[in-house]
Amino acid sequence: MNKITTRVSVLLALAGVLACQPKGPASVTTGDAASKVYVAPGQYDEFYNIVSGGFNGQIGVYGIPSGRLFRILPVFSVSPENGYGYSEETKPMLNTSHGFVPWDDLHHIALSTTKGEHDGRWAFANGNNTPRVARVSFESFRTEEILEIPNSGGNHSSPFITENTEYLVAGTRFSIPMANKDVAIDSYKENFKGSISFIKVDQTNGRMNIAFQLRTPGFNYDLSRAGKGVSHGWFFFSCYNTEQAHTLLEVNASQRDKDFIMAINWKKAEEYIAQGKGRVEKAKYAHNVYDEKTHMATTTMKDEVVVLDIKEFPDIAYFIPCPKSPHGCDVDPSGEYIVGSGKLAAMMPVFSFSKLQNAIANKEYDGDFDGIPVIKYEAALHGEVKKPGLGPLHTEFDANGNAYTSFFVSSEIVKWNVKTLEVLDRVPTYYSIGHLSVPGGPTSKPHGKYVIAYNKITKDRYLPTGPELTQSAQLYDISGDKMQLLLDFPTVGEPHYAESIPASLIRDKSRKIYPIEENANPYAAKGEGQARVERKGNEVHVYMTAIRSHLTPDNIEGVNVGDDVYFHVTNLEQDWDVPHGFAIKGALNAEILIMPGETQTLKWKPLQPGVVPFYCTDFCSALHQEMSGYIRVSAAGVKTPLKFSTGTPE
Amino acid sequence: MKNLLISCFVLLLWAGCNDAARQETAANDPASPGAGQSAVKDDTSQPDVVRVAVNSPEHTTLVAALKAAEYVDALSNAGPFTVFAPINAAFDKLPAGTVESLLKPESKDALRNILEYHVFVGVIKEEQVKDGMTLNQVNLENITLNKQGDKITVNGSNVLGVVKASNGIVYVIDAVLTPPAQ
Repeated sequence: MNKITTRVSVLLALAGVLACQPKGPASVTTGDAASKVYVAPGQYDEFYNIVSGGFNGQIGVYGIPSGRLFRILPVFSVSPENGYGYSEETKPMLNTSHGFVPWDDLHHIALSTTKGEHDGRWAFANGNNTPRVARVSFESFRTEEILEIPNSGGNHSSPFITENTEYLVAGTRFSIPMANKDVAIDSYKENFKGSISFIKVDQTNGRMNIAFQLRTPGFNYDLSRAGKGVSHGWFFFSCYNTEQAHTLLEVNASQRDKDFIMAINWKKAEEYIAQGKGRVEKAKYAHNVYDEKTHMATTTMKDEVVVLDIKEFPDIAYFIPCPKSPHGCDVDPSGEYIVGSGKLAAMMPVFSFSKLQNAIANKEYDGDFDGIPVIKYEAALHGEVKKPGLGPLHTEFDANGNAYTSFFVSSEIVKWNVKTLEVLDRVPTYYSIGHLSVPGGPTSKPHGKYVIAYNKITKDRYLPTGPELTQSAQLYDISGDKMQLLLDFPTVGEPHYAESIPASLIRDKSRKIYPIEENANPYAAKGEGQARVERKGNEVHVYMTAIRSHLTPDNIEGVNVGDDVYFHVTNLEQDWDVPHGFAIKGALNAEILIMPGETQTLKWKPLQPGVVPFYCTDFCSALHQEMSGYIRVSAAGVKTPLKFSTGTPE
Repeated sequence: MKNLLISCFVLLLWAGCNDAARQETAANDPASPGAGQSAVKDDTSQPDVVRVAVNSPEHTTLVAALKAAEYVDALSNAGPFTVFAPINAAFDKLPAGTVESLLKPESKDALRNILEYHVFVGVIKEEQVKDGMTLNQVNLENITLNKQGDKITVNGSNVLGVVKASNGIVYVIDAVLTPPAQ
């Protein structure tokens, strides 16, 4: 009997293996995956993962390898959670030539580099819809600056940076008629132009300024990467819709079997600008800067840009043919190899920078497009990765000469050798990967260790939450020859590109408080003795302080229906992680969070008489529930005397 | 007793092969990351191009070929795809032994090349087909569409019907399209 049972058990086990083997190329996570992503309580992640939020207009900050979400940083979108875009101080951050634009579509991240390596100074991000670029500080993890991009129809190939963060770029996804010209849409070929902005970054404070714009043929400019190492001084842009279609691009922009990668010699362009050869054109755009000392943003409207038309300067730009509708355009750590990912192709060309230089020197051209030389495909080609997968999108690199490419259609990451072009390994992603990130993957010195997939389709990967699902990221170990799936983690918004940076480059400089003595906000009350209420016509300014566990003043009278009441709240705390919040009943905007030592202002317009409570929204102490007050609102015209106090004896 | 145990074994084996059971295993076993997109359990959504083929008794050979090429998950993707789907009789017209040979593991590249020649990334609806139109297929080779009145042909073979799918469109055709010699 025992014998029979044993034999049947073996059969059962065998049958289980045979019957349940997953179909297709699904790999199997091994037993040590959990320990590889487990960050024990009180311990830290090794990497920050700075993740674009796509249609939420924000940046997500995650830890790797745990996949834990630390913060959502508002960039191009208002955040009622902390008052970004609602407080009087932060509203100007979202000003544009169109007015206040409270949302954008944030696709790509670029972390600042020095000599091609991460330096932990800033993160840059693009606004795809109303063209903008932003700079986020790694001290405060706040958006410090937003610059609008004129002459752009959608800022997609942005904000990729040069190796010393000299420039970031902003290439238009949609070509448009320049200078807001009112023309027929079917005059695309004649009237529509592309525009690539080179934005100079001030190395002392990170401030951005459009140094010059290149006027380019009317294509769609998709993605880009700067040259580095041997190719420093050059920039590469993928172009699709070289058919110059203006309708049903799904069909009409897929006609040519090859589009282009545009190679730009930006050092040369810089020389022409220095020689005064740029043309000054009128263009209206906003430049918004947040000042850490005044805790306030200001908007400056600018009115001109300097333009170089690449047709007029024959040694700035070259087109390299690339099949088919290239999306990713990625440069390896050495700077020698440029990977083109034709998103409809079943192969990937890898171009050689030195061969490109020879082809230019020997004029190995295949004619021109709109006056720009088209390099012979073979002349610039290092080689093709044959049959790597279906629908290549983006490529990141490790420090060992390997590339990792995402394939949307075949839903996988493929590892291949940049020099030999040999496919080394492939792993499925769940499902339909878009971007991917290797820590330091776009830099001259990748940190390696992991690749993170940002998938476009979630379907059944998590417990369902109705038609709208979370987005799904996946973490793979790449330290061995074979990639190993370790973890699924959900992400907010819709991540596009992300970068990962060693925590050691950022962690120690993260700000804890703002010194109160340095607070230069004109509405600050730097002590309870300065707390007061002042009326200026229809405006009532409440200079309020917040410290555990009361607001000063907390009783206010003499406000009328229809007044504009400004609560300027200064957090007097000088203690790490003690923010205070402020909210008032009936406010038509949001709350504000005020960090220690900071002043923020919430505007409130009372619309009916009565006594209205306000309170601290951020649980700050054991007596947080007591941190509240009242403001009395009298009907319009009623002369209630202006009075304010805290702690008047009962 | 022995017979009972063997019956249990057979029952378990059968259950193990059942799709639902496999889903359950994939979801609950931490050692398995799950099957691909084609295994997503979803009877509500409009069928995708793969399910259109799976649901058609005329396309069993094509489905077998997609499985052998491991392209079932790829075509269950968001697409959008225009798939030219030869019926079983179309495969039967090929020289004897061709299909059997293509389905062998060592022929996977050749089979993939043929299948890729039947797929265009993008949706071309019937009314968008123009006489003499070329489409550059996934394997980077062109096919030619012709249209006379309502009658559409692909590289000369006949379109027998058109089925809309959630992730594209399927043209049912009466011949296997042969990619140009490489």
